Amino acid sequence: MMLEVTNLAKSYGDVPAIADLTFGVAAQEFVCIVGPSGCGKTTLLKCLSGLLEPSRGTAVLDGTTVDGPPETLALVFQEYSRSLLPWKTVLDNVLLPLRAKGLDKAEQRRLAMESLAEVGLADFTHAYPWQLSGGMQQRVAIARALAYQPKVLLMDEPFASVDAQTRAELEDLILKVRRHFGITVVLVTHDIDEAVYLADRVVVLTKRPTKVAEVIDIDLPDDRDQVTTRESPEFAHLRGQVARLIVGAQPGDADTTNVGVAS
Amino acid sequence: MRQRLSNLALELWLPVALVVGWWLLSDTSTSTYFPSLRTIMATFVDTWMFTRFGSDVIPSMARFAYGLGIALVIGITIGTVLGLVPTLRRAFDPILDFFRALPKPALLPLAIVVFGVGDGMKIFIIAFGTVWPILLNTTDGVRGVDPMLHDMARVFGLTRWQRLWQIILPAASPQMFVGIRLSLSIGLILMVVSEMVASTNGLGFFVLLSQQTFAIPQMWAGILLLGIIGYAVNLVFLMVERRVLRWHIGRRAAASGDDHQPTAKPKGRLRRARVVTALSSVFRTNA
Amino acid sequence: MTAAPTVEPAGTPTASTAPRPSVRRRRGGGRLLPLATTVGILVVAELVLRSGVLGSEFPAVSSVVAALITEVSNAAFWDRLYQTVQSWLIGFSLAAIIALPLGLLLASTRFLFRSTRLIIDFLRPIPPLAILPLAVLLLGSGTSMKVWLVAFSAVWPMLFQTIYGAHDVDGVARDTARSYGLGRAQIYRHVVIPGALPYIATGVRLAATIALVVTIATELIVGSAGLGYRINQVRYGGDMTTMYALILVAGLLGWLSTAASRALEKRLLFWHPSQRQAGGGQ
Ligand SMILES: Nc1ncnc2c1ncn2[C@@H]1O[C@H](COP(=O)(O)OP(=O)(O)O)[C@@H](O)[C@H]1O
Ligand SMILES: [Mg+2]
Repeated sequence: MMLEVTNLAKSYGDVPAIADLTFGVAAQEFVCIVGPSGCGKTTLLKCLSGLLEPSRGTAVLDGTTVDGPPETLALVFQEYSRSLLPWKTVLDNVLLPLRAKGLDKAEQRRLAMESLAEVGLADFTHAYPWQLSGGMQQRVAIARALAYQPKVLLMDEPFASVDAQTRAELEDLILKVRRHFGITVVLVTHDIDEAVYLADRVVVLTKRPTKVAEVIDIDLPDDRDQVTTRESPEFAHLRGQVARLIVGAQPGDADTTNVGVAS
Repeated sequence: MRQRLSNLALELWLPVALVVGWWLLSDTSTSTYFPSLRTIMATFVDTWMFTRFGSDVIPSMARFAYGLGIALVIGITIGTVLGLVPTLRRAFDPILDFFRALPKPALLPLAIVVFGVGDGMKIFIIAFGTVWPILLNTTDGVRGVDPMLHDMARVFGLTRWQRLWQIILPAASPQMFVGIRLSLSIGLILMVVSEMVASTNGLGFFVLLSQQTFAIPQMWAGILLLGIIGYAVNLVFLMVERRVLRWHIGRRAAASGDDHQPTAKPKGRLRRARVVTALSSVFRTNA
Repeated sequence: MTAAPTVEPAGTPTASTAPRPSVRRRRGGGRLLPLATTVGILVVAELVLRSGVLGSEFPAVSSVVAALITEVSNAAFWDRLYQTVQSWLIGFSLAAIIALPLGLLLASTRFLFRSTRLIIDFLRPIPPLAILPLAVLLLGSGTSMKVWLVAFSAVWPMLFQTIYGAHDVDGVARDTARSYGLGRAQIYRHVVIPGALPYIATGVRLAATIALVVTIATELIVGSAGLGYRINQVRYGGDMTTMYALILVAGLLGWLSTAASRALEKRLLFWHPSQRQAGGGQ
């Protein structure tokens, strides 16, 4: 297992956000975590990335218990416009984490350019983030994470605030990137369709106090396609399965929940 | 093009009319207190080019620059520390409040006692007067840094040094500039006051001495120069601000734009795009 | 044109009014720490100063307090304080009476706004004390000179902030008002003036500060009756202790001014985000 979460709990003061989570993520696996808004998804990612200390339980990354931000992990934040530095160009934003790694200059640059090319921004290296559209900004954030060469990439609702068209493009981008770089991805979302479309496995969370409702294997073929995958009966079936878990609905009325659980 | 010209005319007609009016109306003036603008300008040229330039203008500006420089270093350093350590900030809050509100000229007699009547006293009073807006605004700016940026810095393992220089200080810089702008006007006032109270040279000294010796055209020339210096200092500030905070201005312009359309073009064309952005921010109020 | 005018008003309301109060009031029970620190510093200062290592220019805190008590029990002190406060407040009020209506007027049409912009941008940064010699020449060195000089210095921040505040009022708000058929005067009264208030408030606070600075500076330079002159007088007399006591009084005056304008801002701008945030904890 690349990442193992065991009985992890987190409360803010007396308020329990996460009650008890146990799940694992295999190397090079793509796991989506779905749960209703406010159930503690961001909190979970902060615990996994060492930004927050769990109240109980552990997260073990590649054999080492997480007790601070690990070097083999990168995080893509939900709000791209806040996590990029507006006073730095796209290239400098991507270079910044590499400077701390002690690589030589040429290697830093090579890594940065390679990951920018991977996300299709090779021509925008000297633009500032605020000169780019939302989707392009999120690509910069992804490039920054990739250049850091993590084993595990965590993403917190990375496509929640872009339009539908861009979202589809970014979903396919992240699938491609994951194949090229062979990294492990844990992506948090409240969008059921997105989770099913992207993941090898979906971890469904309950409302607060948060537990794992169920872990569902997504046995769709590996080369996913926005049109054919989404219209396949397997996809519809899996989506219904996840939706029922989240909404706690009875079988049969899954249709009313196919938009997601954004609240 | 025509549009530009008529804009320019709209901005300029009144200033030009006032200067011309002053010139014409005062030309036959025999009043002691209000010499003709012609006389004032002649005196201005005589005085400042260049007999008194080295003896009064340079010392004044040097004191102002030293005082402000010291205030910048101290204000930004301490302001950053107080911004990073909220407890410290809270502990010193009453003392900071008191010194910020203290009308600084009241400290002049004290400064004279401690530093004498030389440059040290003037630099001290300018530095002491200008340090507070810089310090307090730096503190606010540092404290206001988006917590997400701190998270980002930790996840990507940035060193403390990098966090300070690459994240905290740039993020706080717009607020710092608010403080620096306030400092400039306080600093100029204190420069003039300290030279009027106790000095043997400098612009403040010169205008007061001219009045006391009834060298009225000289006094007017001095006032005019102080006005020009005040304006020039402000202009330099704006130019520096526009350069240093280009990202901030650009970002705000982008955020207030209707559709959040990307403004960057792929390489090559980017330079032009940036020039256009910069220009449009300069002329924003013209829209 | 290199004389590009200022785009932003000095200290936009969000920048200079919002963050400070919000943090100071965040923890209601947090009065102890600042109090303890202040007392601690005063005690340490007392011990160091009493030992005399810093020389006679630096009297002990306790003797400064004693001098302050002596000074305030003197009727002449109150007279001088009155002189200072009077010139300050009259000059400031005069400036407000001139600057606020004038600012609204100049912002009311594009023509007036654009025509006067360069002049105001040129006059505003002139250090107000530059014209002190002229004021002395024309008005002598008495109270009326002081008042006019103070008024001159306080006009600019208020005028500038009012113009830019009124000019910057959200175009959407204006258009909305117009689409509801409000007349020009009504739009001004209900949309523009409230919208400009946060800026005006900042201008008023800056002006009050500058006005006090100029009042005390004028007294120092010209020797007209008041607190500023008195501070210099006791310095001449070599009475360091009283000098410190009077500096303390000047500081309190400034502090009161800031506190008063903040309180006023809070009342007038209760609807503004900066205040909502600030008052949220109360
Ligand atoms: N710093 C915090 N202090 C207190 N409560 C918090 C904090 N951050 C989040 N919470 C609470 O914890 C819960 C989970 O938040 P979050 O992890 O952001 O949920 P999600 O990302 O799933 O929407 C929410 O109810 C939120 O109000
Ligand atoms: Mg979240």
